[in-house]
Amino acid sequence: MDLSQVLEIASCTDPGMVRSHNEDSIASDPASGLVVLADGMGGYNAGEVASGMATTVITTEIQQLLAKVKPYDIDPESNKIIAGQLVREQVMKANASIYHAAQSQPQYAGMGTTLVVCLFYDNKALVAHLGDSRLYRMRDGTLKQITRDHSLLQEQIDSGLITAEQAKHAQHKNLVTKALGIDPTVEPEIREYETRPGDIYLLCSDGLCDMVNDDDISMTLEALGANLKLAAQQLVQMANDNGGKDNVSVILVRVQREYPAARGVVGKFLGWLK
Amino acid sequence: MAKLILSMDGLVLKEIPLSKERTTIGRKPHNDIQIDNLAVSGEHAVIVTILNDCFLEDLGSTNGTLVNGNPVKKHFLQNNDVVELGKYRLKFVGEAPVPAATAEKADFEKTMVLRPSAMKAQAEQARAMGAGGAEAARAAAARQVAASAASAATVEREAKPAPAPISATATTPTPIPAQAPAPAPAAPPAAKSPHPLGAIQILSGGNAGKELELAKPLTTLGKPGVQVAVLTRRPQGYFITHVEGANPPVVNGQAIGTAPHALKDHDVVELAGVKMEFFLKG
Repeated sequence: MDLSQVLEIASCTDPGMVRSHNEDSIASDPASGLVVLADGMGGYNAGEVASGMATTVITTEIQQLLAKVKPYDIDPESNKIIAGQLVREQVMKANASIYHAAQSQPQYAGMGTTLVVCLFYDNKALVAHLGDSRLYRMRDGTLKQITRDHSLLQEQIDSGLITAEQAKHAQHKNLVTKALGIDPTVEPEIREYETRPGDIYLLCSDGLCDMVNDDDISMTLEALGANLKLAAQQLVQMANDNGGKDNVSVILVRVQREYPAARGVVGKFLGWLK
Repeated sequence: MAKLILSMDGLVLKEIPLSKERTTIGRKPHNDIQIDNLAVSGEHAVIVTILNDCFLEDLGSTNGTLVNGNPVKKHFLQNNDVVELGKYRLKFVGEAPVPAATAEKADFEKTMVLRPSAMKAQAEQARAMGAGGAEAARAAAARQVAASAASAATVEREAKPAPAPISATATTPTPIPAQAPAPAPAAPPAAKSPHPLGAIQILSGGNAGKELELAKPLTTLGKPGVQVAVLTRRPQGYFITHVEGANPPVVNGQAIGTAPHALKDHDVVELAGVKMEFFLKG
């Protein structure tokens, strides 16, 4: 099912005001309902290589697979909808590619990347993430953070050591506990959410949420929701106006209408009519 | 390597690297740093360098040695200390990886990965070395991390030595260093631009005469679905940008197109059939 008429996608990425190069990578394919954002790390240019590999491998592999199967198909072995497994396997494949490149080429030693992937299908959003790149959802005028960072800070908040308020002033915001390409295998956190028409999804690197507070993000999405491209540019501009200490990347996805899976002959026919 | 910058009356004369264990300062020519001035004693002072630490010692000089304006006999030199011998000043510049606080600040924004498995290994190593050796183990772990990124416990955006707190977290369940200085939050939304506050006054239509202050980072104007523009408040001033509608807003009689347009004091904006004037307050 081609979702390019259902999802409106706008993105913007910028090196920020301090860094000389951009280690973030973004990719999107409205037809497949797929958006990917990665924030690379590692010396010299290795961060760019890692995040670039992540977005490229995941996008192309999932695109190829979606030509053969549908994300809402049932896997005969596990009897589950295959979307989750499909994304998980491609994330693991990207992990292996980055890990092996890092192992075999000295200039890439130790590179890695955070990741957030969103696959839209059947009125749902399947979300996989690793590290501190985030997914937010704007629904009915309220902004909600959907993913929970894999970071030391988040673990401390969860265990009650510090409060969310203290976390804003913490100095170790930059320590992530999970990332792509660091270990031979990785288990991404995968969750699924119902989507509604009018929802706006925001994928961003920490360069945005560290520089712009949630209230300002919310205000921007509410005020400029009518012009998604402008909203994306405005978010990046606000991060830069506040100092732009890190690379900033945002992807915005608006769900324009319902997109139930076309199951069976009738469904396929109705899908074809749309 | 630490170094001294010799100057007189604000003029830099030379830079002297502290490469030897003992660097002597005095008027006589056999000194490492010779200062040919009668206010300086023949053997005036010595700087002893042990690893990264430098100690200044006055050798019983006639006129004494000042550090940051205070007379000293023996002094542990800190970065940017100014040593005065008569009219001459020697500024001490420490080792390149300067005090921890600065280094931490520099690393503040970089994302790194913590690997629990590696941390456990470090923790065990630290425990094995006993309480006294824990500090050394931590330092060693941090060095090891910096040395070999491939097998290391951390990965950074740019290759730089990892700050010690990573390994410190391995040894204790409460990883927040109590005395850690809290750096300023990265995004101070309160730190508003120094730019003066702007406002718009409606000139035509039913709301003519009304005034709207533009205190928020962005304010939308117009009729949704017909014509909407956004006014953004930025450090460089106010900008107006077209958001939706077939036609962009008109400023001083000119349509602005799709790019952001900087607003000047007393610009007249026409939007959705309403005229308004932008002006700066104070």
